[in-house]
Amino acid sequence: MTQHEDNLGGAAIRPAPVDSGAFLQVRELRVHFPTDDGVVRSVDDLSFSVDRGKTLGIVGESGSGKSVTSLSIMGLHKRGTAKITGEILLDGQNLVGMSPERVRLLRGKRMAMIFQDPLSAMHPFYSVGSQIIEAYRIHNKVTKAVARKHAIDLLDRVGIPNPKSRVDDYPHQFSGGMRQRAMIAMALSCDPELLIADEPTTALDVTVQAQILDLIRDLQAEFNSAVVIITHDLGVVAELADDIMVMYAGRAVEYSTAADIFNSPQHPYTWGLLGSMPRLDRERTERLQPIKGTPPSLINVPEGCPFNPRCAYAGTNGDLSFTVRPEFRDVGGGHHIACHLGAEDRLRIWDTEIRPKL
Amino acid sequence: MSTKTETAAADRRLGEDLLVATDLQKHFPIRRGLLQRQVGAVQAVDGLTFTVKRGETLSLVGESGCGKTTTGRLLTRLIEPTGGTITLDGRDITHLSASAMRPMRRDIQMIFQDPYGSLNPRHTVGAIIGAPFRLQKVKTEHGVKRAVQELLELVGLSPEHYNRYPHEFSGGQRQRIGIARTLALRPKVIVADEPVSALDVSIQAQVVNLMEDLQNEFDLTYVMIAHDLSVVRHVSDRVAVMYLGKIMEIADRTSLYERPMHPYTVALLSAVPIPDTNRRDNRERIRLSGDVPSPINPPSGCRFHTRCWKAQEVCKTTEPPLAELAPGHQAACHFPENTTKLTIDPTGSAA
Ligand SMILES: Nc1ncnc2c1ncn2[C@@H]1O[C@H](COP(=O)(O)OP(=O)(O)OP(=O)(O)O)[C@@H](O)[C@H]1O
Ligand SMILES: Nc1ncnc2c1ncn2[C@@H]1O[C@H](COP(=O)(O)OP(=O)(O)OP(=O)(O)O)[C@@H](O)[C@H]1O
Ligand code: SF4
Ligand code: SF4
Ligand SMILES: [Mg+2]
Ligand SMILES: [Mg+2]
Repeated sequence: MTQHEDNLGGAAIRPAPVDSGAFLQVRELRVHFPTDDGVVRSVDDLSFSVDRGKTLGIVGESGSGKSVTSLSIMGLHKRGTAKITGEILLDGQNLVGMSPERVRLLRGKRMAMIFQDPLSAMHPFYSVGSQIIEAYRIHNKVTKAVARKHAIDLLDRVGIPNPKSRVDDYPHQFSGGMRQRAMIAMALSCDPELLIADEPTTALDVTVQAQILDLIRDLQAEFNSAVVIITHDLGVVAELADDIMVMYAGRAVEYSTAADIFNSPQHPYTWGLLGSMPRLDRERTERLQPIKGTPPSLINVPEGCPFNPRCAYAGTNGDLSFTVRPEFRDVGGGHHIACHLGAEDRLRIWDTEIRPKL
Repeated sequence: MSTKTETAAADRRLGEDLLVATDLQKHFPIRRGLLQRQVGAVQAVDGLTFTVKRGETLSLVGESGCGKTTTGRLLTRLIEPTGGTITLDGRDITHLSASAMRPMRRDIQMIFQDPYGSLNPRHTVGAIIGAPFRLQKVKTEHGVKRAVQELLELVGLSPEHYNRYPHEFSGGQRQRIGIARTLALRPKVIVADEPVSALDVSIQAQVVNLMEDLQNEFDLTYVMIAHDLSVVRHVSDRVAVMYLGKIMEIADRTSLYERPMHPYTVALLSAVPIPDTNRRDNRERIRLSGDVPSPINPPSGCRFHTRCWKAQEVCKTTEPPLAELAPGHQAACHFPENTTKLTIDPTGSAA
């Protein structure tokens, strides 16, 4: 059985799940950080796209390059620290190599980001309200009073109690979860056409989380925005995402519709992720089942498939897993994976070994 | 090292009350103006009474800002309570001075919410994990370095990590460094504030398993603070649900998840996102509407009444007591779910 067998049926081989014409297109993105110890390959040959009105969920291990990818799209890597190659097309314009001044003009209205770390996104010396007002007035010619009312409205919508009085508070006067909500208010203030939400709800309880996810849905319904949501919470992507990309060691290892990823995942790393989480919709198990081993170094990425030191199926297909990097390819209907296992093996393993245990 | 008889004695004591909080309060003063006069207070924690039994895991869940971290900091005596008492192993530690507290400090330790911010980036892993030994002047059999390396192995890191710096580790490994530091002093109780929320689900599972193993090996008692209710169900023996500085419900895991009594708990459980795309459209989720109250001016009567879909007039005027409505299951509500008992006459004559 060979790795190309999947495509014998005549399905076109698409090199990567990029839809030309999509609002955001990322093509062969590489983000490398030169350090004293060597080059950190945080993102290595990553391609994907998101159209307006659609939501892409990105999941994957900690340190796999999710935030680095988002910061590259937003043009927020410090100059000189990151070596970025490839293309990032926002509505047709390539952001890679664009001057920082021009990228800054795109932030806010054309694209906005909810950051994983709320403290880094807010300035400690300015009040929460003044930062939202500032962000709003860059793109909207309105008086301060109007912008202030808009800021209070937004704080109210993200669930800040007493928004009228708390609008003048400084970030340190907010609890962790309140800061995160204030930042979400800031990101949503200009109704961005592309919203990247990096762990938007990790510091929030589930009722506030549900409220924030509703807000993101509303934004999308009203302004037809493209949304990228990055999270460790597989429940959140199951509810919100149209498509899901799974990342490992700076690369995409699986990409498909959300329903496919949850109902017929085909990559061993995705199996591992689904198998390690506790689930409220199942009986409680005695012991969780993590993927064995530790994340790979991004300086000396393992030869062949980067997942091979931790994969129970490495070696199923000769020594390909140890010597040849698996190509990220379409295995039918736009479902992409990077794995040497043949179609029959994958289906058999999923049906007999993985699915019964989920 | 404990002898056989001591171990047997410890076994017998498993399950008895180890940590007891009684009417615990923390009000942060709000000061304004040149003279910094107090104009009000954030009632972050407002009258908590609960016990933690030896060897168990009690989880605190609830809305962001409801006082979970503050409770953790009170229990570990990192901040001074405004009122109430805390006893640890039968001893009142509520107002122990820093020096009187020092020997007790070893017994109760905290794992902090942020694995990135809580490790000093300029110190090596060896220095970070070794610090508690040095600060507490603990004698070790083969020196601090050996002790630290043993701890590294215990949490699944390798002894050669001794000289590395925090930024060279992934999030999950950093979390383990934090755990190793906490374990250095062999505490009896660990308060773990969101120990896994920043980690991917596989590393989460590793850390959860590690904490379970350590609990079994050292009879540890955990107070866990977490937002992820699936993780909470997995790790907890009992769960306390907090809202605006108070406990709304506290019960055994099974009882709480299968028969939640407080409307806020019911709303929380209904909002948990389920990792199943087939159930996307047919979920019945309770959306909380109404004003989100502030801990500066908490609502009268039941604190949840501004957002509760079951609220009646009496809820605005009379605070429901935290009452035992089933064995081991307490809830503070006038009109609880999943029980036939009422804490008050529903006709309102008690109001
Ligand atoms: N400025 C930098 N210099 C060197 N390495 C970096 C830099 N920024 C990020 N990295 C490395 O790049 C990798 C990817 O980091 P990134 O923050 O994108 O991970 P992530 O997928 O968002 O993880 P998490 O889920 O934990 O947030 C990590 O190994 C990180 O250590
Ligand atoms: N040092 C402080 N001064 C004033 N108010 C404070 C202080 N620390 C906490 N608070 C307030 O006390 C309340 C409870 O905060 P706490 O950090 O305990 O919440 P939490 O339940 O841990 O929330 P989260 O889930 O967001 O971490 C919040 O309203 C917060 O703003
Ligand atoms: S290529 Fe080999 S090592 Fe990589 S995921 Fe597939 S089976 Fe596992
Ligand atoms: S006491 Fe009344 S307001 Fe409070 S939770 Fe019960 S029904 Fe709702
Ligand atoms: Mg990240
Ligand atoms: Mg907290």
